[in-house]
Amino acid sequence: MLIFEHSQSGRINSAQRTAALQPLQEIPKAMLRKQRAQLPEISELQGVRHYTQLSQKNFSIDTHFYPLGSCTMKYNPRGANTLSMQSGFLNRHPAADAELGQGVMTSLYDLQEILCEVTGMEATSLTPAAGAQGEFAGVAMIRAYHDAQGDTARSEILVPDAAHGTNPASAVMCGYKVKEIPTNSDGDVDLETLRQVVGPQTAGIMLTNPSTLGVFEREIEEIAALLHQAGGLLYYDGANLNAILGKTRPGDMGFDVIHINVHKTFSTPHGGGGPGAGPVVANKRLAPYLPIPMVGVKEHEGTSHYHWLTEAERPESIGRLSAWSGNVGVLLRAYIYAKMLGTTGMERVADYSVLNANYLMKQLQKKGFTLAIPERRATHEFIVTLKSEAKELGVSAMDFAKRLLDYGHHAPTTYFPLLVPECLLIEPTETEDKATLDAFVEAMVAIRQESKENPEQVKEAPLTLPVRRLDDVRAARELDLNWYNQ
Amino acid sequence: MSEIPSDLKYSKSHEWTQDEGGVITIGITDHAQELLGDIVFVELPEVGAEVGTEDECGVIESVKAASDLYAPLAGEIVAVNEELVDAPEQINEAPYEAWIFKLKPSNPAEMDELLDAAAYTEVVESE
Amino acid sequence: MPFIPHTEAETRSMLDAIGVDQIATLFEEIPTSLCANAPQQPEQGLSEMEISQLMRSRANADDGVTCFAGGGAYQHHIPAAVWELTTRGEFYSAYTPYQAEASQGTLQLLYEYQSMMSSLMGMDLSNASLYDGASALAEAVLMAVRANRKSKSKRILIPKTVHPNYRKVVHTLVRHQGIELVELEYDAKNGTINPDSLKISDEDPGYAALVIPLPSYFGTLEDVHTLTDWAHSHGMLVIGSVNPIAMASLTPPGEWGKEGADIACGEGQPLGIPLASGGPYFGFLCCRKALVRQLPGRLIGRTRDLDDKEGFTLTLQAREQHIRRSKATSNICTNQGLMVTAATIFMSLMGTTGLEQMASGSYSNSHKLVERLSTIDGVALAFSSPYFHEAVITLSTPVAELLQILATQKIVGGIDLSNDYPELGNALLVCATELRSDDEIEQFATALEQILC
Repeated sequence: MLIFEHSQSGRINSAQRTAALQPLQEIPKAMLRKQRAQLPEISELQGVRHYTQLSQKNFSIDTHFYPLGSCTMKYNPRGANTLSMQSGFLNRHPAADAELGQGVMTSLYDLQEILCEVTGMEATSLTPAAGAQGEFAGVAMIRAYHDAQGDTARSEILVPDAAHGTNPASAVMCGYKVKEIPTNSDGDVDLETLRQVVGPQTAGIMLTNPSTLGVFEREIEEIAALLHQAGGLLYYDGANLNAILGKTRPGDMGFDVIHINVHKTFSTPHGGGGPGAGPVVANKRLAPYLPIPMVGVKEHEGTSHYHWLTEAERPESIGRLSAWSGNVGVLLRAYIYAKMLGTTGMERVADYSVLNANYLMKQLQKKGFTLAIPERRATHEFIVTLKSEAKELGVSAMDFAKRLLDYGHHAPTTYFPLLVPECLLIEPTETEDKATLDAFVEAMVAIRQESKENPEQVKEAPLTLPVRRLDDVRAARELDLNWYNQ
Repeated sequence: MSEIPSDLKYSKSHEWTQDEGGVITIGITDHAQELLGDIVFVELPEVGAEVGTEDECGVIESVKAASDLYAPLAGEIVAVNEELVDAPEQINEAPYEAWIFKLKPSNPAEMDELLDAAAYTEVVESE
Repeated sequence: MPFIPHTEAETRSMLDAIGVDQIATLFEEIPTSLCANAPQQPEQGLSEMEISQLMRSRANADDGVTCFAGGGAYQHHIPAAVWELTTRGEFYSAYTPYQAEASQGTLQLLYEYQSMMSSLMGMDLSNASLYDGASALAEAVLMAVRANRKSKSKRILIPKTVHPNYRKVVHTLVRHQGIELVELEYDAKNGTINPDSLKISDEDPGYAALVIPLPSYFGTLEDVHTLTDWAHSHGMLVIGSVNPIAMASLTPPGEWGKEGADIACGEGQPLGIPLASGGPYFGFLCCRKALVRQLPGRLIGRTRDLDDKEGFTLTLQAREQHIRRSKATSNICTNQGLMVTAATIFMSLMGTTGLEQMASGSYSNSHKLVERLSTIDGVALAFSSPYFHEAVITLSTPVAELLQILATQKIVGGIDLSNDYPELGNALLVCATELRSDDEIEQFATALEQILC
């Protein structure tokens, strides 16, 4: 039932009245609304019950194992939420004097420092609102750097064919042409091709390491040297930073700029699709171009005073990405998480996310599932290909994914990366215990057995969820995006 | 195996073409519509636009994919099939009847470079 | 080890299953030359109790402030139920609803949001959110350039009465795509665009779109009807950049002029999202139906399942980066889902009447504030035209210093306009929403009197 179907004309939730309704006397009549907006007219209980019941139709980390590859669905600490939702933080206006926000500014400054440390970089800007905006910022900084050198002939950004779709889309937003680089069969970038395509037209390369294929790019030092010799720069997509936290740093690998998805590695909530935050961290060469605002510090009479750095202090910046200073509430949660880990805890994140992935990979392999890249170690994630199941049993990766929902596990990422047929990209994260991983293996085995005995059941899955498979074609052909327009 | 009529000519990018007295009618092949699955939207070229050989001139969307439409040869777009805007499924149902656009070639000799049914069959089989 | 459940015995048995003797072996593919040096100052993690002590003291240091600033971020009443429900784990810790059957809660809620936002804006449809009001305007500009096939122009008219930071963000985000932003001056007396001053000569290559703010950054009301008709008659699309609370009472983009605006966008923060130093907020973007394929971001459609039961799913995904890659309408992936969850619950619990009361209360409190401040020597209202829930006042002394003194009394006195609008002199943008009491307004006025005297 939709909220609109609970609505009754004339019902008012008067507990939420805020002011007497008065005519807006000085507003010309032509500027007033002709038709009243149509919002639901419900009681508070109806609203609370409706949205509580809706929430119960969701899978989430708090309710289910959620091994969605490339998304790092780990436990989002409740403490980080509670502490970020204190009134001192929530009620601060973004334009308020910095002296009225030293608590939050101190925390943001500390977070900038922590992110420099864990990535081996020089300076951080916290302002990008999500990974894709961080990518945009990073590529725009590469462009600003080349422009500042008077080097305007560079027109191409290189992107591996396995990359996340945001990479090419971000490069295009920065006015670059995208050149795809193939990946070889063991998951590394094809160096031969790379040597051929790098040249004076190359502005830079966007890489994820570990890659979206779940393996560490072993030739990264050579790639970095190749790009730098040609005058290009290296952009690190931090989507998979969880696997190497405290183990190795993008700055040491030769990257010039990086974005971090704090909603992945730093355990801020995904919220049903955001908000995330995508801080960018740069080395000395690119630091001047970081987006504004950033947090700076001044010492005055023995105390530190934190303030915003804007155009005046950062004249070479690529500029603003948001009206204010990015998703501060998300950044506070990341900061709290980082402080709870400490540097020692960060290394444990990599240790146990990689242990869990390798264990799960091995157990599935032992049960006869085919790995996309069997000869390599998994990082924090790995790929199973169901190509032979699809051929022999007629069930697809999508069918497996849907049936897993019936078994109480959220599905892994399906059909990404696009290079591997019938693939499941599986990322268990470090916060899952062994018993959960074992249950997932059992479910996969059971589904394969069902596919032999009763393939229709698998093809029609899910059978136990609030809805069965939805008609995507109807959704697209007979667009229904607005209840009031039906 | 998909249908490949012998009286049409084809591009490697899976368009079919039919010469109708100097104006070329163009659509996508049975094989292409099978690969795309249920088509939900067609972005048609603009009538009057000049296109070069293998230029992108439209988009065909299915639920899970989007594929560019290419001009198999250079020329001026002289007509588009407006029916597809409201009924894109016609391409799935009858790919060789649901033409997408008509083009007046600037260099009719380019027709000779297109594939015949046998050559196009090889392209499909090698995929 | 915070949040890692493994016992030593479990770790051992997992390593045995993998066939390695220690975790370090799993990292053997990382070249040794790249292995990080141990941090110079290894730091132990804090327990929840310890981090609570630290963060409570920091939050308390920032607390107890009275806010008279608006300028795109407004402190409004938020029903308690909004965030109690929003932070339920099922909403809070879910991801983008790629698996529709396991995400019907989020999907239905987003469909409800799209419907409510469309109605509030008087538009055909809405997407499921963008990052914030500024980036939503940038996406609207990109969308207009793609959609206005007739114009072929990549120039956009954007008035100076649009939030200065929005104009900066739009510049950052669209500059590399050959789009030119042409600024429109405002009338010094009224603080709005003067429609009579708009002239386009025959030689002019034209514009793809005109941006119209409502209310303007100064709180004033643009002549949206005349401007919309003028833009349409010159082949431009019209983008409304509007405040959602104001739209409960003021004419929404869909009602502008003879045909209505083509695109409506803005900052969703006033709909149940706390100020929180500027984010996370969310941007909204609505349009007329014909433009739907140029709309960036997630869209939720209502459809049927195998049993013909109603259900909700992501739709028109072929516009998006994960399918279209370099040809996508935008690079946006993650949006601001949880903020939209809050806004949807907020709109449901407030209802149309609740929003109208909020608009009315903000209008009357801002007028009370401005009238009271205007009685002070050295304070004057900058513009003579009507305003909605904020206004520009001019002062006899520099604004920055004054705001610092007010800050010592825990008052946020407004937004200093002297950097962005030097021509206005010592100008301050002030706002009082429905939350500000008569006592608070009087305290602010008294403090200002003392400083100015």
